[in-house]
Amino acid sequence: MTDFLDAIVLLTNYVLVPGVAYGSQLALGALGVTLIYGILRFANFAHGDMMAFGTMVVILITWWFQSIGFSIAPLPVALVALPIGIAAAIVMSLGTDRLVYRFYRRRRSPSVIYILTSIGVMFVMNGIVRFIIGPDDQRFSDGARFIIKAREFKQATGLHEGLAIKLSQGITVLVTLIVVVALFRFLHKSRTGKAMRAYSDNEDLALLSGVSPERVVFVAWVIAAALAAIAGTLYGLDKSFKPFTYFQLLLPIFASAIVGGIGNPLGAVVGGFIIAFSEMTITYAYKKFLRYLLPDSWAPDSLVQFLTTDYKFAISFIILVVVLLVRPTGIFRGRT
Amino acid sequence: MKFRMKLLAAASAVAFAASMGLGMAPEAKADGHAIKVGIILGFTGPIESLTPGMAASAELAMKEVTDSGKLLGGKALVPVRADSTCVDSAAATAAAERLITSDSVAAIMGADCSGVTTSIANNTAVPNGVVMVSPSATSPALSSIEDKGFFFRTAPSDARQGQVLADVLKSRGISNVAVTYTNNDYGKGLAESFIAAFKASGGTVEMNAAHEDGKGDYSAEVGALAASGSAHLVVLGYLDQGGKGIIQTSLDTGAFDAFVLADGMIGQSLIDSIGAGLNGAIGTLPGSESEGAKMFLNVASAGGVDGDGPFRAESYDAAALIALAIQAGGSADRSSIQANMLAVANAPGEQILPGQLGKALQILADGGEVDYQGATNVELIGPGEAAGSYKELEVMGGAFKTIKVH
Repeated sequence: MTDFLDAIVLLTNYVLVPGVAYGSQLALGALGVTLIYGILRFANFAHGDMMAFGTMVVILITWWFQSIGFSIAPLPVALVALPIGIAAAIVMSLGTDRLVYRFYRRRRSPSVIYILTSIGVMFVMNGIVRFIIGPDDQRFSDGARFIIKAREFKQATGLHEGLAIKLSQGITVLVTLIVVVALFRFLHKSRTGKAMRAYSDNEDLALLSGVSPERVVFVAWVIAAALAAIAGTLYGLDKSFKPFTYFQLLLPIFASAIVGGIGNPLGAVVGGFIIAFSEMTITYAYKKFLRYLLPDSWAPDSLVQFLTTDYKFAISFIILVVVLLVRPTGIFRGRT
Repeated sequence: MKFRMKLLAAASAVAFAASMGLGMAPEAKADGHAIKVGIILGFTGPIESLTPGMAASAELAMKEVTDSGKLLGGKALVPVRADSTCVDSAAATAAAERLITSDSVAAIMGADCSGVTTSIANNTAVPNGVVMVSPSATSPALSSIEDKGFFFRTAPSDARQGQVLADVLKSRGISNVAVTYTNNDYGKGLAESFIAAFKASGGTVEMNAAHEDGKGDYSAEVGALAASGSAHLVVLGYLDQGGKGIIQTSLDTGAFDAFVLADGMIGQSLIDSIGAGLNGAIGTLPGSESEGAKMFLNVASAGGVDGDGPFRAESYDAAALIALAIQAGGSADRSSIQANMLAVANAPGEQILPGQLGKALQILADGGEVDYQGATNVELIGPGEAAGSYKELEVMGGAFKTIKVH
């Protein structure tokens, strides 16, 4: 019996807990991408760097708080700085829209122009972030580190395997839950939310019904920027902040949005968790897990690892390609 | 108006030429008395924080030689710096090409990282017959390049470190480990030599996995390593990169709490960021606590250089060896330097420590022999590389303590 429990705890510790946290972070990122796709109808490549920008502002404010001795221990003080980071990201994205995207919107440019433009915006934002905070790793978490510590869990339960849950993982899941619920209520209950969904479903019909396109676009950028800043900060708190890592996150985020069905918010959330758990379960080595479950004579000598962790990014890429080939609309029938 | 402008331009051109001429004269004169030595290190790039100290240490040795006034009857050694970038082989080769062809250096102190060092040696230094002495390239692969005897290094090969690390583990009764290495020439070479040595001494490596530097999240890597069931994790990476992430995540998830570290992981900043969880970790680092090492620190501080840093002693020794080889051959000719390197580095002869370069030059000038010991107990073996001594370290009470020297 303890063998069985050990196996469960082992998998929880190395796959379930980090997977849920990573999935939440991807879900928030994918929601932003899918929202922009639904309203503005292009894949926003600058989203990863928007996350980096928002997080950078949060980090700078957090450092300032830390330098004047302000803290909300055991919670990380970055949570107090987060609204300021969100505000900065919103200003940035609205400014970019004014300066860049609105020009192409007025000319009714095809969506491939938008995609290329967003790549340009990505490079500019990339440069701004590196210019201000540098290309290196930055740490900004403070407060308590753990909700459950591995060693204490072992002592309390008497099992061989420990279970660790970091405070940042708890915060990530909680914040994601709040944000996703609030967003869905907004999209389904509020007048503006309904107008956005109408605009996304059928632009011409929505315009005829008196929906203001500039207002819809405005709200879409505000929400996307806020989601980016939140996702970036949670990822940075849980792991670490480095501009290049955020740029790399684009791939799993796009994979999440497309697997779920791009343009569909529910799909983005589900897609985030699918990608996160695919990466975790395929690269995990099951040797120890199987040793707990199987009789000794059956226990494997090899690591029982399907792919080494070097191929983590390849997994999201493979899923992306397969989905586009087999079911281009994604699980929840987004746009093609 | 136009005429006056032209006149002005002509006048200033004449003045400029005159001043250039005046400036050139003493310079040209000095050239006959000066021997140029290239210093090619990664002044930009991932080890840019280490290289200024390394270059300063090498230049310190050159200054000591020049100031003694005994090099080939009073010639000066003039350092010429170039940037190896540590990672960009094309840029490094171009910089070395410039040193060799347009600056006409007699020899090169450098390069630093194993990858660029290999490509400089293969593409410019060896084909042009120029001696290279690297203070810090440690990849075992450099022992077997086609160097025609022109490549030397004062840093020991990681093949030796792998052996020392395996010996340390054996002496402590650790026989079952998991290994993770940074995915580059350094990590791969060190992992191979360590695993071969560890297995030869009867140990078992349950798992050997690479990790990429610069990632935000190492939980998948640590999860896989934890599945090996070993109690000890050998981390062959960098302390401010993936290596740190692996250790932090291992402690967070309770996967490992005993670590074995190689030289890339040794530094106070690792302990500062990880904290008490690192206590009891063991490691190896090139270096010794010899007479020469202490003398180098004194010589360096007298010369206004902080000698206590990675590869600074090796850099001083590399530059000193070049100077002694020039003196021993009686000429700054490139092939004569090559022919005399091993003779000045090894026995027989009078032992020379840092700060005694003037004495060594005098002995050589008088037709005697020297055995340069320097700051790192230089002893060039096999294909012209340092045999190397290593410190065995253990983290105790928040600092690396030297247990003994291997």
